[in-house]
Amino acid sequence: MKIVLDHLTKRYPNRTKGEADVIAVNDFNFEIPDGKLIGLLGPSGCGKSTTLNLISGLETATSGKIWFGDDDVTNVPPENRGVGLVFQSYALYPHLTVRQNIMFPLENVKGKDRLTKEQMKEKALEAAKLVQIEMLMDRKPSQLSGGQQQRVAIARALVKLPRVLLLDEPLSNLDARLRLATREEIRRIQTETKLTTVFVTHDQEEAMSISDFIVVMKDGIVQQIGKPQDVYDHPGNLFVAKFLGTPPINVFEGKVENGAIVVNGERILEIEGVEDQDVYVGIRPEGFLLDEKGTFHCAKKQVEVMGRDTSIVFDNPASVSESLRAIITLDNRDAIGDTVCFALKPNKVEIFKKDTEARIDYTVKGA
Amino acid sequence: MRKIKPWLYLLPAILFLAAFMVYPLIDVFIYSFEEGYNSASQTFRGVGLYNYMYVLRDPYFIQALKNTFILVIITVPLSTGIALLIALGLNSIPKLKDLFQTIFFLPYVTNTLAVGLVFMILFKKTAYSDGLINMLINMFGGSSIDFIDGPYWAKMFVLCFYTVWIVLPFKILILTSALASVDQNLYKAAKIDGTSRWRTFTRITLPMISPMIFYLIITGFIGAFKAYSDAVALFGTDLNAAGMNTIVGYIYDMLYGNGGGYPSYASSAALILFAVVLTITAINLTLSGSGNKK
Repeated sequence: MKIVLDHLTKRYPNRTKGEADVIAVNDFNFEIPDGKLIGLLGPSGCGKSTTLNLISGLETATSGKIWFGDDDVTNVPPENRGVGLVFQSYALYPHLTVRQNIMFPLENVKGKDRLTKEQMKEKALEAAKLVQIEMLMDRKPSQLSGGQQQRVAIARALVKLPRVLLLDEPLSNLDARLRLATREEIRRIQTETKLTTVFVTHDQEEAMSISDFIVVMKDGIVQQIGKPQDVYDHPGNLFVAKFLGTPPINVFEGKVENGAIVVNGERILEIEGVEDQDVYVGIRPEGFLLDEKGTFHCAKKQVEVMGRDTSIVFDNPASVSESLRAIITLDNRDAIGDTVCFALKPNKVEIFKKDTEARIDYTVKGA
Repeated sequence: MRKIKPWLYLLPAILFLAAFMVYPLIDVFIYSFEEGYNSASQTFRGVGLYNYMYVLRDPYFIQALKNTFILVIITVPLSTGIALLIALGLNSIPKLKDLFQTIFFLPYVTNTLAVGLVFMILFKKTAYSDGLINMLINMFGGSSIDFIDGPYWAKMFVLCFYTVWIVLPFKILILTSALASVDQNLYKAAKIDGTSRWRTFTRITLPMISPMIFYLIITGFIGAFKAYSDAVALFGTDLNAAGMNTIVGYIYDMLYGNGGGYPSYASSAALILFAVVLTITAINLTLSGSGNKK
């Protein structure tokens, strides 16, 4: 079931007189292809949860339309939309067993579509098997770990065979190790059920790792939509560039001058096709190469070794970022002097307009 | 040394409790078995169950027991049910919730006797007026009823009405906060799954607030068994004459009432009340315990 969001806008009237309304979601346009996993990504307050609630029907849109396939569901109440929603807090009914929790949506059905008790139990068991909790059916939610509760919540959302599966911050209540395992689990369940799935997260790594597409939002406005790697490699603006990637991209004040990107008076990369202007220069941590002939000179602050990565924390007068970091491959780290010379990988260097912060396309000289 | 320290901290409280709680309790227990006890001369004829026999055969006590039971059985479920309805109503009108919560809470901070006076005005038949309620009854074509000095059922109706009204505020307060503390996400989840309103109420709301309901029922039972001042406020101090005495009222009469001076009968009656309350509470706890098993 594809989902079409057509000029979707949600506006909350402001309570205090004279202040402007809060626009939680502003003119959201996107067609989510059938059977794909979409990650809505952004900092808190960016409107991603509101978007999810609009799709689920818990909130009604101020303007714009929502389509599930060929059905206009904009004004359809949530119970008739056929969505399964997994809450951040799971929202399991604490006084019911796992089985009763999963069967709950089925028991709501009235009339001829209502299943017999046996069929319900069977369906519940099927859903439980899909998320691998069939041995926990008679426990209460309080007797389960966070990860197990999460699976119960997913099973409850899946049991009524929804057209669309929605997940609100599904991993944020889990510890780091479980998060890794669970996100793969979500991907597996999604692939098996082939359900169009939308999930909300503020964790870019989570979104990048399992989504078919990610939607980066800020202040209710969609910043960029695309495949995770494309968005990472070609961020549309400085915000997206800064939001994606850990450690974050290093940003400098700089300019384009006489066919080169200039930072702190040094010509760090020869380029073509861009007029002279002031720019922000973003360099991914993995875009630095230690090179004695490199043109980019920076002051070393410290060298950190974390597992397989060696990173140099350094300083530069033109820096805008809080800290600058380069990840390098190097065995002899004692060889790093107080001043480090970097050469740069061209595809890891982005430039952004000073005023709009939009990305500027360029070509590397000689490439 | 280490063992003594905590006891030292507790000592003041223990002393007070011993002097003002434990000693009198034991004393009451002893009095109830001392036959013909005279509080002036501190003498008694013998030890036995005569006091209990007397009290249980005393028609005034039987009447008080009957009144109290009727009061408890009618007002506790009724007041809890009405409070639940009002709390649910309050919860669904976010705008005026605070205003109504204040209005509903007013009886709680009003003095029992003052409220009794208001009820007298509402219900009492005097030479000049039949009272507000009777005026209403007359308006709808009924004939006046004397609620204060009239038939038993009318007096019991007023007493129950009054009791329900006076205990409502506290129950509403407890239940509105219980309702507000239910995780709103549960309702959202239920909504997404197309749960009907009735089913949401019976399968989610009720189980989630059931500990509070049980708390209200237990304290309601205990409170209603100890009713006394309410009856005095409505029917005056001579409750036996009005036929509206309660167990606590009977105990008071035995101690200080007209003739007064029967601490042994009073003690027996007090222990009978204690036994009744204990039994009912135990039954309540057993029922709620089996309902809430994890």
